[in-house]
Amino acid sequence: MTTASIQIRPSSTLVFSAALLVFVGVVALVSLVALPQDPFDFITDEPFMPPAAGIWLGSDYLGRDVLSRLMDGTRITLFMAMTATLLAHLIGDTLGLTAAIRGGILDAALSRIVDVLLSLPKIIVGLVVVAALGSSIWVIIGIAAVVYSAGVFRIARALGTDLKNMDYIMLARSRGEGTLWILFGEILPHVIRPLATDFALRASFAILFMSSLSFIGLGVQPPLADWGGMARENLGGLSTNPLAAIAPAIAIALVSIALNLLVDALDDDARH
Amino acid sequence: MGTSVLTVDHLGIATKAGHKVLDDVSLQVRRGEVLALIGASGSGKTTLALAALGHMRPGLEHVGGSVNLNGVDVLKAPHPVLNRLRGRIGAYIAQSAAAAFNPRIRLGDQVVESALLHHSQKSAEARARAREVFRYLSLPSPDRIGSRFPYQVSGGQLQRFMIAMGMQEEPLLMVCDEPTSALDVTTQVEVMRLLKRAIRDNNTAALFVSHDLAVVAQIATRIAVMRAGRIVEVGETDQVVNAPREEYTRELIAACTHLSLASLANRPSRLLTAPATALSVQSIVAGYGNVRGGKPQITTLHGVDLEVGKGEIVAVIGESGSGKTTLARVIAGLHAPASGTVALEGEPLAGLDRERTDGQRRRVQLAVQMADTALNPKHRIRRILGRVLRFFHGLRGDAAEARMVDLLAMVSLPANYLERYPTQLSGGEKQRVNLARALAADPDVLICDEITSALDTIVAGQIIDLVKRLRDELGLAIIFISHDLATVASIADRVTVLRHGRVVEAGECTRVLSAPADPYTRLLVASVPELRRGWLEDAAATRKALEVELEMVRPTVAGWNEQAEMMP
Repeated sequence: MTTASIQIRPSSTLVFSAALLVFVGVVALVSLVALPQDPFDFITDEPFMPPAAGIWLGSDYLGRDVLSRLMDGTRITLFMAMTATLLAHLIGDTLGLTAAIRGGILDAALSRIVDVLLSLPKIIVGLVVVAALGSSIWVIIGIAAVVYSAGVFRIARALGTDLKNMDYIMLARSRGEGTLWILFGEILPHVIRPLATDFALRASFAILFMSSLSFIGLGVQPPLADWGGMARENLGGLSTNPLAAIAPAIAIALVSIALNLLVDALDDDARH
Repeated sequence: MGTSVLTVDHLGIATKAGHKVLDDVSLQVRRGEVLALIGASGSGKTTLALAALGHMRPGLEHVGGSVNLNGVDVLKAPHPVLNRLRGRIGAYIAQSAAAAFNPRIRLGDQVVESALLHHSQKSAEARARAREVFRYLSLPSPDRIGSRFPYQVSGGQLQRFMIAMGMQEEPLLMVCDEPTSALDVTTQVEVMRLLKRAIRDNNTAALFVSHDLAVVAQIATRIAVMRAGRIVEVGETDQVVNAPREEYTRELIAACTHLSLASLANRPSRLLTAPATALSVQSIVAGYGNVRGGKPQITTLHGVDLEVGKGEIVAVIGESGSGKTTLARVIAGLHAPASGTVALEGEPLAGLDRERTDGQRRRVQLAVQMADTALNPKHRIRRILGRVLRFFHGLRGDAAEARMVDLLAMVSLPANYLERYPTQLSGGEKQRVNLARALAADPDVLICDEITSALDTIVAGQIIDLVKRLRDELGLAIIFISHDLATVASIADRVTVLRHGRVVEAGECTRVLSAPADPYTRLLVASVPELRRGWLEDAAATRKALEVELEMVRPTVAGWNEQAEMMP
């Protein structure tokens, strides 16, 4: 019988996606210390100037340096997506695993709330909340965290339900251990890996969601801009300097794809 | 004897990492002969059985020698050739029929499936053959039973369907992998009898894999003893059982007789001067679903009494579905009874663990059957034991360390095992850690729920000795739950027999098992496999006689009006 021999070498998908994400992360960090130009400064009178020496991606609709704004936007986009996803996981994992272990009314109540959340279109929720509270980075992060915690809850609950009938959980409960200890001591080591995978995937959704909000003008407010916002404000210049709108769009696509590839690669890796 | 059906010649199979699973194995099975492969788990029995049909589990590779099945070198043959052999020349009967059948396809369709795939029989012809086999295997209403789904028949019946599937195309060789190990003892007798007859009547050769020497002795013409991928001894059944040549074979036989009813005779009688009661259970009614009129919708225990004294082992025996495990869970506080009381030294305990005090929880400890799921695979043994010491006794640091080493010593494990993960332990070692954890709480009452059922005979014997030692050294009151009378005979001081949630007999172990009063206990006792030849025929006869007396009726399945057909 022939089967593929066991691979210990990481797959090329894994290397590619990880490298790309590391690069984007480095760009975000560099933007904190130094940028080619001031992202808010008008470097030229000419809006949508095509790329030239020193202005590698041309200028935007107000004559600002697109490259500098893209790098600055990288930091804003990543910060918002990571914070929102982290919060979504904190909420979703804790509640989901607790619901799985405790069961009963708590589980039923939380699960129904989650059903409601999942049934609402995310963008509409965003519209309504922004209309009520106004837009700021933290409002957007809050919306994304709550909206995505519902999906995380489902996954965490399913993982916990598989484990809670294991004899070692039953024995820990019969010993009188509290829910928190069972959660962190007994269950977490088993679910950390699938949850980490979900984190990466969820982060790519969060980037798309928040970019969409910015694109329709409800997200990050000028003069700050995340990638979605940049794509929107430069839409008018597609004929003169298309890069101003397309470069942030490509950045969104690349990071989302890289995150998805990373998840796939890690998943394959786990199966070997 | 006839011509050789299966010839295994210097076969070597290893894992891809190079660990040898089978090492230079040679054997031959002739027409009409049953060759049994016996050995502990991990000895390579199943790998050899599967190799006989040209199959290797993923991760294994063929490193030398050959397997010749009816003239074909099956390890080198391409798939189409193997497909022509399977079913017609060689058939496989798996251990767990429940896992082998697709629950969504009617049994009759699954039995004839391979014959139709192979185009060896026409549809009508195949179905007629299936009905004939059903009748032969004494399945009830053989003309109609094929239209049932797997969940509509009992475990013993399902195992017979598995055999029917194997017999469908009248193969030359049947490979039976622990075909009766998952069955209750009383059911096992019937399935073994039918299997033995099927092999004899069809002049089929069989390769019979089992860890149970007593079962093998009933059915095999020859026995091959395996250990660590090698065959240590091959011989006629009588010779191997009565005059084994190898030390390891003698060990296996000793373990087998050690754990048998025969051990009752040469057991030193313990002086029992009515020990102080540690735990008493009174008229427990428990089950599942809403409680109406003091009875749950599905009642698994109907007023069960049990009492266990300090330094005493009380065994609870019964077959699957008798309510043994529910009883254990009620005592441990994991399942609230509908009525009745559990009292610890006269002090009544709350139904649920949450309502019991820490001290009460500490004093009643439970050790469960599957050591695999009882120990968190992500925790080192240090953490598993340490947590209990800290939780109940507030022990940390050096004091906890010293106690952990003590505990491991108590269950005969070296101190460096503290650093290991459960996956790095063998089944027997896991069960020792499982016991050590229960002991870490410093309990008065220890409930052992089928703790030896998943273990090999020799290892089970060692665990039994350990439990006895714990009783003697620590004066524990032990409730030992088991379906295996042979094990119970070697360990229990007193016995309580459960059937369908009721106590049918209780008393001193030697008395109950050597002179059982209740017909059900007699049936259980008669069903325990013995090494002697001809036991199977005697057991089948006893079973027939007692069945009439018992009017065995299985619990009603919803919407099922042919209760009598549900008999195993």
